[in-house]
Amino acid sequence: MTLAYVRTEDAPKRPPPATTAGTWARLRDQFAPTPLSGLATIVIAALLAWTAWTIIHWALISAVWSAPDREACNAVGAGACWPFVKAKALQWVYGFYPIEERWRANLVFLLGGISLLGLLVPQIPLKGLNALFFFLIYPVLTFYLLRGDHFGLVRVDTDQWGGLLVTLIVALTGIVASMPIGILLALGRRSKMPVVRSLSTAFIEIVRGVPLVTVLFMASVMFPLFMPPGVNPDKLLKALIGVALFSAAYMAETVRGGLQAIPKGQYEASMAVGLSYWRMMLLIIMPQALKVVIPGIVNSFISLFKDTSLVSIIGIFDLFNMVQSGFNDAKWASAQTGNTGYFVLGLVYWAFCFAMSRYSQFIERRLNTGHKR
Amino acid sequence: MKSIKSLILASVFGLAATVAASAGTLDDVKARGQLICGSNPGLTGFGTPDDQGNWTGFDVDFCRAVAAAVLGDAKKVKFVPLSAKERFTALQSGTIDVLSRNSTWTMSRDSTLGLSFAGVTYYDGQGFLVPTKLGVKSAKELGGATVCVQTGTTTELNLADYFKANKMEYKVVAFEKNEEVLKAYQEGRCDVYSTDQSGLYAEVLKFTTPTDHMVLPEIISKEPLGPVVRQGDAQWFNIVKWTYYALLNAEELGVTTANVDEMKTSANPEIQRLLSIKSKNEDGTEADNDFGKGLGLGPDWAYNAIKQVGNYGEIFDRNLSQLKIARGKNALWRDGGLQYAPPIR
Repeated sequence: MTLAYVRTEDAPKRPPPATTAGTWARLRDQFAPTPLSGLATIVIAALLAWTAWTIIHWALISAVWSAPDREACNAVGAGACWPFVKAKALQWVYGFYPIEERWRANLVFLLGGISLLGLLVPQIPLKGLNALFFFLIYPVLTFYLLRGDHFGLVRVDTDQWGGLLVTLIVALTGIVASMPIGILLALGRRSKMPVVRSLSTAFIEIVRGVPLVTVLFMASVMFPLFMPPGVNPDKLLKALIGVALFSAAYMAETVRGGLQAIPKGQYEASMAVGLSYWRMMLLIIMPQALKVVIPGIVNSFISLFKDTSLVSIIGIFDLFNMVQSGFNDAKWASAQTGNTGYFVLGLVYWAFCFAMSRYSQFIERRLNTGHKR
Repeated sequence: MKSIKSLILASVFGLAATVAASAGTLDDVKARGQLICGSNPGLTGFGTPDDQGNWTGFDVDFCRAVAAAVLGDAKKVKFVPLSAKERFTALQSGTIDVLSRNSTWTMSRDSTLGLSFAGVTYYDGQGFLVPTKLGVKSAKELGGATVCVQTGTTTELNLADYFKANKMEYKVVAFEKNEEVLKAYQEGRCDVYSTDQSGLYAEVLKFTTPTDHMVLPEIISKEPLGPVVRQGDAQWFNIVKWTYYALLNAEELGVTTANVDEMKTSANPEIQRLLSIKSKNEDGTEADNDFGKGLGLGPDWAYNAIKQVGNYGEIFDRNLSQLKIARGKNALWRDGGLQYAPPIR
């Protein structure tokens, strides 16, 4: 039976509407689905282009590339003052470290770089040995290499260390020391022993309750007054301890967040199979807890890395302070000197922080925590 | 509340001072073979690192002169850059031997901190920067002007006093940060920029058209800057004070780095006393003219300082002429300035 209103063959295929397929349509859907959003796209694109052009014009096109001193950089319409960066670059890396002794700092950079690479890249074997070297031998080695006074090396006191060298020393010390101290504090705060719990809580709350600047000031200005004359611990050492304790308090809270995310059943199950407290923590709880809080940990690291610039307030010549002190050099003081210095400074800090951020994303993917959203 | 705080502070500082002052600074410096000098972490013309990382500047050179006088070598000095907040405690706790870091001599610092100012190496004070197109040649012509200043400093108070005393009207545009003040001035939001005069000269360096601006000659406040030592060590205080006076006397007598060797044969008794050259008295006896002895220093104390660092005028020119700072109040007394040294005799 055939019905007049029922088709017997398929309707001819028609091409998809031009407005919903193809590159053009996709672009339009993403950037200008309505006239108003189209306008917004144009405005934002124009702003971006304008910003990019301003930076490129300043940093490249109208920049001064070579000059013996400030004169050229001070001309009307001059852009970035690159000769200033060139003249001061090595100072920014090594600070006041004696020029003929800089190979020692280079050696420290090289050893640290190789060891860190070995630790960070999963494919490289000998992780255990490498970790032993990096966390125990390397710090001692760094100290003796940089300070000297042994093995025929000239003594270079810590007040001559500076620039990126000091920034990395402060950041790495803070990062490496804050992790174990922070974990212990976090466990202490959740402990059932009242003394341990209250001491840990008090430490965390007190240290978190004051700004890092205050901690550094106390260490550098007030501390010497309470010491017998002649006893004045090294300024850098005081800053290192201050930064490490400060970041440990924050780390403790990050780790505690991870501990709270682990279901109670995990604790009970570990205890049921007869694990001691430390083995339970080491084998069952911590591996899970730390995985959960990787973003938080890296967040702490990044903010710590940037906080290292605060040591400049107590007169330590870290990268930030070193760059700034160059602005006042009468040979280079010009309208663009400061801008150029801060521009480079920003790029350096950004490069380090961005690298840390990317690495943490990589680790998260690799560990596949199952908590990812 | 405030008095309790200052009492505690004073007792803490006082204790530190008495404890630290018990050792002789001169002996310490000699034993160490190095002078430790508190310096500025970065102030144009007064203390900045150059391209090789050597500290240069007016305050820094003064420390070099002290090192040359005491140890015979201007290079035997270690600079400890200090922030404004930690400078005095560093001196009190004995971390540094002398503080040469544009510190203003005030009564309270002299009387309550356990410190002594050894002289005024630089007379600074609040000054005015104006665009040349304003056509003003003196601060007395600033009636009705808009003045850009930083808030929370004595700058504003000094300004009020000065304009009131001279019966002139003015308007203040104040900002929290120095950079903002400077920007406002450059954008023409005010006619005048006011801060310490040495600071004005340093800022002009950063202007793209420095010739369009001028620093007015007047100074309306007193900011006497000088080296500081711990109270209670009279010998060390004298050494720092007389090193400064020796540099001044050298300029007055025309003794420079270049001619100090020739000057050793000079017949001028004042130069002979400055450089410890033996001379004949009128009765035929020999005067050894060794004034370093009284300081506990060798006879070459002033010679070394002048030879290796230069006299006061040379130090001034080397560090501050590139900022186009005029001698002004820092000219020698005979040229109408305030720099006056007691005689060496």
